[in-house]
Amino acid sequence: MAQSATMRVRSKRPFPIAKVIIHMVLAIVAFLCVMPMLLVIATSLSDDLVVAKDGLSLVPQGFTTYTYRFILQNPDQLLRSYGLTLLVTATGTAGGILLSALIGYALARKDFKLRGVFTFLVIFTMLFNGGMVPTYLIVRGMLGLHDNILALILPTMVIPWYIMMFRSHFSGLPYEIMESAKMDGAGEWRMFFQIAMPLSTPWLATIGLWYILKYWNEWVPAMMYIEDNRLFPLQYLLQQIVRNAQFLRSVADAMTTQVKIPGLSLQMAMVVVAAGPAMFVFMFLQKYFVRGLTAGAVKG
Amino acid sequence: MAIAVEGQTPKKRAWIERLKLGNRDKFITNANLALMCLPALAMLIVFNYMPMFGLVIAFKDYRFAKGIFGSDWVGLNNFRFIFGGAGTGWRIVWHTVSYNLIFIFTGLVGSLALAFLINEIHTTRASRVYQAMAFLPHFVSWVVVGIFANGFLRHDGGIVSKFLLTLGREPPYFYQSPQFWPYILAAVNLWKGVGFGSITYMAGMIGIDDELYEAARIDGANRWQEIRFITLPLLVPLIVTVTLLSLGGIFRGNLEMFQMMVGTNPLLYSTTDIIDTFVFRSLLTLGSLGLASAAGFFQSIVGLIMILATNTLVRTVNRERALY
Repeated sequence: MAQSATMRVRSKRPFPIAKVIIHMVLAIVAFLCVMPMLLVIATSLSDDLVVAKDGLSLVPQGFTTYTYRFILQNPDQLLRSYGLTLLVTATGTAGGILLSALIGYALARKDFKLRGVFTFLVIFTMLFNGGMVPTYLIVRGMLGLHDNILALILPTMVIPWYIMMFRSHFSGLPYEIMESAKMDGAGEWRMFFQIAMPLSTPWLATIGLWYILKYWNEWVPAMMYIEDNRLFPLQYLLQQIVRNAQFLRSVADAMTTQVKIPGLSLQMAMVVVAAGPAMFVFMFLQKYFVRGLTAGAVKG
Repeated sequence: MAIAVEGQTPKKRAWIERLKLGNRDKFITNANLALMCLPALAMLIVFNYMPMFGLVIAFKDYRFAKGIFGSDWVGLNNFRFIFGGAGTGWRIVWHTVSYNLIFIFTGLVGSLALAFLINEIHTTRASRVYQAMAFLPHFVSWVVVGIFANGFLRHDGGIVSKFLLTLGREPPYFYQSPQFWPYILAAVNLWKGVGFGSITYMAGMIGIDDELYEAARIDGANRWQEIRFITLPLLVPLIVTVTLLSLGGIFRGNLEMFQMMVGTNPLLYSTTDIIDTFVFRSLLTLGSLGLASAAGFFQSIVGLIMILATNTLVRTVNRERALY
């Protein structure tokens, strides 16, 4: 790449001290960014009595894996929340991508008569919204989605911004391919599924990851529509555990009552178990997240 | 088209004829495309458009049994309650706007600074590591961020408290002291968003033509002058665009952040209560739908005006980035 060649020329310029300072500043910033995670991991591996006495620390104090063994003794609630979150994320992401791609494809077609009207309908929802109160009353009151898994999936499944992303992407596909497929007798649906979609895998991956991150980290819908703890998604369970000592006790009561119940270190172990694996996966898929941010124009 | 000219099979020629004839096929095409739009549009109608009409409850005395459209009209009563004398209306509006201004400013400065620093050592492997680590907080849910913050700020054993103790200073009770929270929230917002925010600016920097730098170097410019007179001026349209787009959302607060950082802690409301937390709380705990709906109505209308205004400005700066 010509870019990196000139970059290399530029970096050869003698500014060693400045470079060292830049590296130091960036190393500190990078450390600050991951420091809270170290804190949580260290506390989860610490002896609870030491934590209560000496406070939190970035290295485990009185190293023990007791908290993790404690969680694994009775993982029912955790596993149920994991399962539910996986289900919500999988269906929400699949549905969201399919619906957004379909409408995005149609809106990208210049020969579509309703293109203007429908595009306006999509864009207008980005400008104006009813907000929380009417949404709550409609989802819970009119649709009756109380304590229903659909309340976690449907209300935020279609995201206008992602529709516009798809529209912009499909507008960029060479129209000649479509036209020749049409002459070979392909219908609209077949063109969408067998030509447009396979040509879009990078975008499907990026928008899919955005959906996955959104659904995985979401808790507001759970707080609004879910009371049954069998339907608690991970983030909401985590929040309940930390905010609600009583909830922790009720979970613990369900286990054998004779064991000591660790406090802060157990909370932190719950954080690691509930949030850690997903963080780890997201970290390795980072470059796919970034693609859409640098794409710039979203217009067709 | 090449294919059309060379396609000599009778089948293809027949298709071309039909495409020319067209009307029936055009109708079928349009009907199919409309069908493709239908599921997403149906969702938008139910979850986006119906709530818009539901905004009328701000002018009603909502009763569950009567529903949104059956409840009685009460005129501006709800608004009088919240924006009148003792109401908290103006306070939450002020908080929402001023926090967003703080976030936009700190975010801009932080993201730009990080982008510049990483760009300076662009080719090194270490820069990739820094970048990846700075991006990591973007993946952390606000629930977990709230737990992180507690680990730093709690009075008994929090990292910040311990640090102050080693300096020989008595740590304050952060969760009872509203005066610290604008700084805390600004810091947390920066922490979570700076790596993400710097990506846009780094893309902008990579897009700058290298010939400009070479020309400057021939003229004897040093690295700082290159930044000052080439990079920064060329980034201005991008900076203006990003800032304007964020200003469009200035009346919309980050509910997840405030709810997880502060939660329902009335001791901190005097500096941390924003429209969204007020509405959320009124809706779920107090059950006072009148006040919540009036605040929400105000937010929706003013939000629309802000977005229309800023988007008009964005169109003049950078048409490609405008929403419409």
